[in-house]
Amino acid sequence: MGRRSLASLAALAAVVLIAVLVQVPAAGQTASSATAGAKAWTPPRTADGKPDLQGIWSDNTLTPFERPKGLGAKEFYTDQEVADLAKRVREGRPGEDIEGAQLGAANPQAVRYDLELYGFDRTKLRYTSKRTSLIVGPEGVIPPMLPQARERNAARVAKIKGHEFDSHEQRPLSERCILMGQEAIPMTPGANEGNLLQIVQGPGYVALLHEIDHATRVIPTDGRPHVPQNIRLWQGDSVGHWEGDTLVVDTTNFTNLTAFRGSSENLHLVERFTRAADDTMIYRFTVEDPSTWARPWTAEVPWTKTKGPVYEYACHEGNTMISTILRGARVADEEAAKKGK
Amino acid sequence: MRTWLSDSVIAGVVITGLLLAAAHGAAQAPVYRAPRTADGKPSLNGIWQALNTADWDLQGHAAAKGPVGSLGAVFAVPPGLGVVDGGDIPYLPAAAAKKKQNQANWTTLDPEAKCYLPGVPRATYLPYPFQIVQSPQNILMSYEYAGAVRVINMGAPTKAPGDSWMGWSNGRWEGETLVVDVTSQLDSTWFDRSGNFHSDALHVVERYTPRSADTLTYEATIEDPKVFSRPWKISMPLYRRVEKDARLLEFKCVEFAEELMYGALRKKSSN
Repeated sequence: MGRRSLASLAALAAVVLIAVLVQVPAAGQTASSATAGAKAWTPPRTADGKPDLQGIWSDNTLTPFERPKGLGAKEFYTDQEVADLAKRVREGRPGEDIEGAQLGAANPQAVRYDLELYGFDRTKLRYTSKRTSLIVGPEGVIPPMLPQARERNAARVAKIKGHEFDSHEQRPLSERCILMGQEAIPMTPGANEGNLLQIVQGPGYVALLHEIDHATRVIPTDGRPHVPQNIRLWQGDSVGHWEGDTLVVDTTNFTNLTAFRGSSENLHLVERFTRAADDTMIYRFTVEDPSTWARPWTAEVPWTKTKGPVYEYACHEGNTMISTILRGARVADEEAAKKGK
Repeated sequence: MRTWLSDSVIAGVVITGLLLAAAHGAAQAPVYRAPRTADGKPSLNGIWQALNTADWDLQGHAAAKGPVGSLGAVFAVPPGLGVVDGGDIPYLPAAAAKKKQNQANWTTLDPEAKCYLPGVPRATYLPYPFQIVQSPQNILMSYEYAGAVRVINMGAPTKAPGDSWMGWSNGRWEGETLVVDVTSQLDSTWFDRSGNFHSDALHVVERYTPRSADTLTYEATIEDPKVFSRPWKISMPLYRRVEKDARLLEFKCVEFAEELMYGALRKKSSN
């Protein structure tokens, strides 16, 4: 076998490998086609005749939340572009930026961890659709924040400034294990860890167990209204109903501290769960908050069926961070006081 | 006279017989048959809650002054007859000493005070409701307290990937009863606010048996050779929350526990 044929064999192998890596679920390709795809494919039903969403799902994806700059109104990549991007991920080495690749939520460079230590297999990183961003539509980015919202959020930051280490109350909610970034609803893909969702259905209820901080919502689907307005909840109040093969979940009653990307307590969230294939569920959510954005915006995340298990994420129980940070700050206070004398 | 006497004797015998029959009937009441799920299993779906003082103390106890004097009668310890079969918890000698120590310092040591995940069986009888969502493959139990949750595997039993606060649950049906085998719990949870505790060798077998449309009988057999000399059992009824709009609300108690846990680290001079 000559050098040349060996080289072409290697090239062929690479192509095959890319093809394997970049398997995009057919129904996930065009998001707006979630419903169209569902027509061709009959979703399974539970024993009581409801669409069966059950199983363990992962939202790992290379697709970024917002559209990379320079892509303009381009909403979808071509097959070739997706293949090229996935190849760059595969060739990237941990700890090195893949410049210009504009990788998404699962970008291995998003955090500086040894991914293998966390059981994370970078060869499993993939684009779960041909979308250029999870946010749908021609803009592909979160709409600009209203001036009043910018002021509100700036005031909150200013209030804490200089007092960040005074007590636990000034520490971020995620550090306190009260509300983790990705557990917060809507559920958005995060950097590599804990993106599992287990769904269990019983008569009249759909239970969503999100691995991150064991955040669980048991959602009634009997058409009942929200709890009274004066009851505010970190995760809001979720009620659901079925629209054809889609579970629609409506959430309101958030606290004024549950800031999803800077939102206020007026956040209104509509999530739609639709099975699109045996191994794919389309999770589409629309965020509305007239106190924060001039118009609603929508994102779509394909969830892929996975094996699990869902691990227990006991965040608060293992939280030594708050006491360590505050103890450090008190030592610094003492030292500063000594110097001052 | 003879007739009168024999009549009374007969009457007495008949009455005694009837009483005996009644007593016998009560002991062997026909098993309640719960409504079925679509796949033919007894349906335990619903929101349930214990109505007792087991979380204060599994064993019988009189009412007592609460731990916070300034609260007066609010948060005083309510009395209860206990939920331990036979009344005694068979601690090994060293463990009995530790239990006493726990009890003496419970306000700071009790994992519930820190809003830690409660473990099993305590999750069941905390003074908060929990919801059962039942599917053929899995039964999910969502607890209002601390947002605790567990998924009981109803398929072929699986092994825990590691120890955890809520343990690893494999379930099966025995007639009308859901039997759950719980292993791999950490040693960090307690059974109640009285310092009753266990080690990482804890093995709990729970039995949930429907006893009427709106009540279940809950039993848990507790085995832990490092702490107890023999297995022991608790049992209690669980009641359905029958309010029309019953639902679990959020009880994320971390923020209520922070002052206890981190208050001493607050910046001293607040100027």
